[in-house]
Amino acid sequence: MSENLKLVEYTKPIAPPVNSIGALEWLKKNLFNNWFNSVLTIVSAIVLYLVVTNALYWVFIEAQWAVISNNYKLFMVGQYPVSELWRVWVALLFASLLFGMSSGVWKGTMIRIASILTLIYLLHIIVPFTATESKVWLSAQIGVLIFGYFLGSFLPKAKWITLIGWFFVIPVSILLLRGFGIGAFPLVRTNLWNGLLLTILISIVAIVLSMPIGVLLALGRTSKLPAIKYFCISYIELIRGIPLITILFMAQIIVPLFLPPGMAIDNVVRVMIGATLFTSAYMAENVRGGLQSIPKGQYEAAKTIGLNPVQTTTFIILPQALRAIIPTIVGQSISMFKDTTLVAIVGLVDLLGIAQSVKSNPDFLGRHMEVYIFIAFVYWVIAYTMSYSSRRLEKSLGVGER
Amino acid sequence: MSKKIGVSTPFWRDNRIIPILFQFVFVSIVVALGWFLISNAIAGLNRLGINFGFHFLRRTASFNISEAMISYEPTDTYARAFLVGILSTIRIAVIGIILTTILGVFVGIARLSNNWLVKKLSGLYIEIFRNTPLLVQILIWYFAVILPLPQVQDSIRIGSFYFNNRGAAIPWFTAHEGTIIWIIIFVIGIVGAILMWKYQLTQQMKAGKRKYPFIWSIGTLFVFILLAFIVTQSGPANISTPELGTFNFSGGLRISPEFAAILIGLVMYTATYIAEIVRAGIQSVSKGQTEASKALGIKNSTMMRLVILPQAVRIIIPPVTSQYLNLTKNSSLAIAVGYQELVSVGGTAMNQSGHSVEIILIMIFVYSTISLTTSLFMNIFNKRSQIVER
Repeated sequence: MSENLKLVEYTKPIAPPVNSIGALEWLKKNLFNNWFNSVLTIVSAIVLYLVVTNALYWVFIEAQWAVISNNYKLFMVGQYPVSELWRVWVALLFASLLFGMSSGVWKGTMIRIASILTLIYLLHIIVPFTATESKVWLSAQIGVLIFGYFLGSFLPKAKWITLIGWFFVIPVSILLLRGFGIGAFPLVRTNLWNGLLLTILISIVAIVLSMPIGVLLALGRTSKLPAIKYFCISYIELIRGIPLITILFMAQIIVPLFLPPGMAIDNVVRVMIGATLFTSAYMAENVRGGLQSIPKGQYEAAKTIGLNPVQTTTFIILPQALRAIIPTIVGQSISMFKDTTLVAIVGLVDLLGIAQSVKSNPDFLGRHMEVYIFIAFVYWVIAYTMSYSSRRLEKSLGVGER
Repeated sequence: MSKKIGVSTPFWRDNRIIPILFQFVFVSIVVALGWFLISNAIAGLNRLGINFGFHFLRRTASFNISEAMISYEPTDTYARAFLVGILSTIRIAVIGIILTTILGVFVGIARLSNNWLVKKLSGLYIEIFRNTPLLVQILIWYFAVILPLPQVQDSIRIGSFYFNNRGAAIPWFTAHEGTIIWIIIFVIGIVGAILMWKYQLTQQMKAGKRKYPFIWSIGTLFVFILLAFIVTQSGPANISTPELGTFNFSGGLRISPEFAAILIGLVMYTATYIAEIVRAGIQSVSKGQTEASKALGIKNSTMMRLVILPQAVRIIIPPVTSQYLNLTKNSSLAIAVGYQELVSVGGTAMNQSGHSVEIILIMIFVYSTISLTTSLFMNIFNKRSQIVER
């Protein structure tokens, strides 16, 4: 024993060998450690070089971006009347305020999301083709966002105010955009809601509404009552078995048939319902995954302290199950967001629909690549932001770790 | 306590009655709602003068389908048009699944490569293609990549491969009279090779000496291929190369721009998901397994084949199944570029005949059948690779 102790005392840390640090060593270790890897590195470097140079050449020299800058308003809000545009801006102000407040309350990931949003606003202020009026509005967005941050940080009970705000932001925005048909709020028909505005509205409505329906379906599927169980199973499996486009066709062509005469549902609303019904089946399966991850002991413990099944589900099981599936829900939201492009096939004019009509404008014939790359970039920025924040959230919640 | 036994529980608190009552109410609501909708639909259809029923399938379709896999004329019936559409869906799905699996596994392994550049490149590919909508990608391939290619006369030529705005023309095999014999002998050869491999493996285990089962089985297959050459006096098939005529190519395999766009779009998009699943699957095999097999002195390739992959496959199969199904369902986006598969044919038929309810029902039936069959096969495969629990 004593000899060992001595050894510990006398051992001194040795400095790492010189050749295991430095850029050259890193290159050798990570790129050229054997002949196969060296070949791989050279081949992929050539591929990378060709792709990057060609892409840069196209973006900065060959592409004619006038098709985007001249139609920018169309891409964002479509044919929404210019005189009523302030309503879109006000709705956005509300959202910006909430993003600011959330970043003040929760910090971390929310600050990053808010920063990305600020960056996007700033970018739009800098580019030359933005109208002066829009620049004022955009500056207001940034101001409100920062104001929201301080509000969220210092206001007492800011958490609850923010949550209530998020709860109301969608219905209030939709009411605002639609108008009441009186005074300063003339009715704006939904066929004028186009572009990115429509894309975002459809995806948010579908995602938000599908959550409670999905939870109910998942609870139904795991229920012991056969009638409810088999109804939920057949609904979920049927919807998951068919493509979204079939459901959208159904919403567009068949739903009007199923309604009593004289009753008509708006085009956009029908598509929203179709998308919601579609997503809720997938959401249900995600929730079921969360429910199955709850150990049996939780149910037994809840029973022991005298909670009835409804209380057990609401207060013990669901909070844990939903927390466990936050990343899956975000993933589902991303795929719903991407899937909104399908509404262009059934005749709605979302971001993709606008792209289709812009590129058939005789002034911009043959500008397919510019138009599609632009909208793909817009979709990418939003989807990537979501997946990025979901990964960060996953890490901060420690959900992925076992 | 004994007193309380006599007090009967009121029925609204009875654990035996409440569920039954609840289900009864639920079923009545569903039935009432269904009845309401269906009676409305029948009334609506009557107003439009359409009789519900599948008799219209026997009528003449009178629209054209450009890429039919079986002979089809506009004078054929709706039923045959739907069959053509279903076959096209299956064609995209099968080819797409094969290509996606190859690309996805390749990229997934590249993600785990110890080569920094390869790892980053595959990550970049995944982030770009995963986060943009599939439909936009398909439209980019179709309108912005394939259609602006040069005319047929000035096709881009790489060897015997031609690319132009009418798609691609590539060399392909054409069967001759010996092909069937070739296939038969080849299949027998494969069976023989497997049997030889198993036999030598058991011998190796019995004797405890290396018997080289792999080399033996390859040798067996080789003997059979030689036999096939001697019997037929020719190769397995003729290779036909495309040749430029005055208006289009003759010979070879021609791929239409629509098919190419939908296929490339689906494969590039779905492969990102497969790649992530493969990566996660391999990473989920605990590190102890790698260390243990290294300690046993198993070499890297054997470790991958016998230790890591069998365990990873178990985790990979269920999500990959759902990606295969997603690919099949997403093939319906072909409607956007005008490749006529089931949904596209259905859309045309809906506009022509007005039998939208029946056509939607046909679509639901076909897709559900495909989903259920695929899940069935994958479940069987899954069961076989599952851990045997105690």
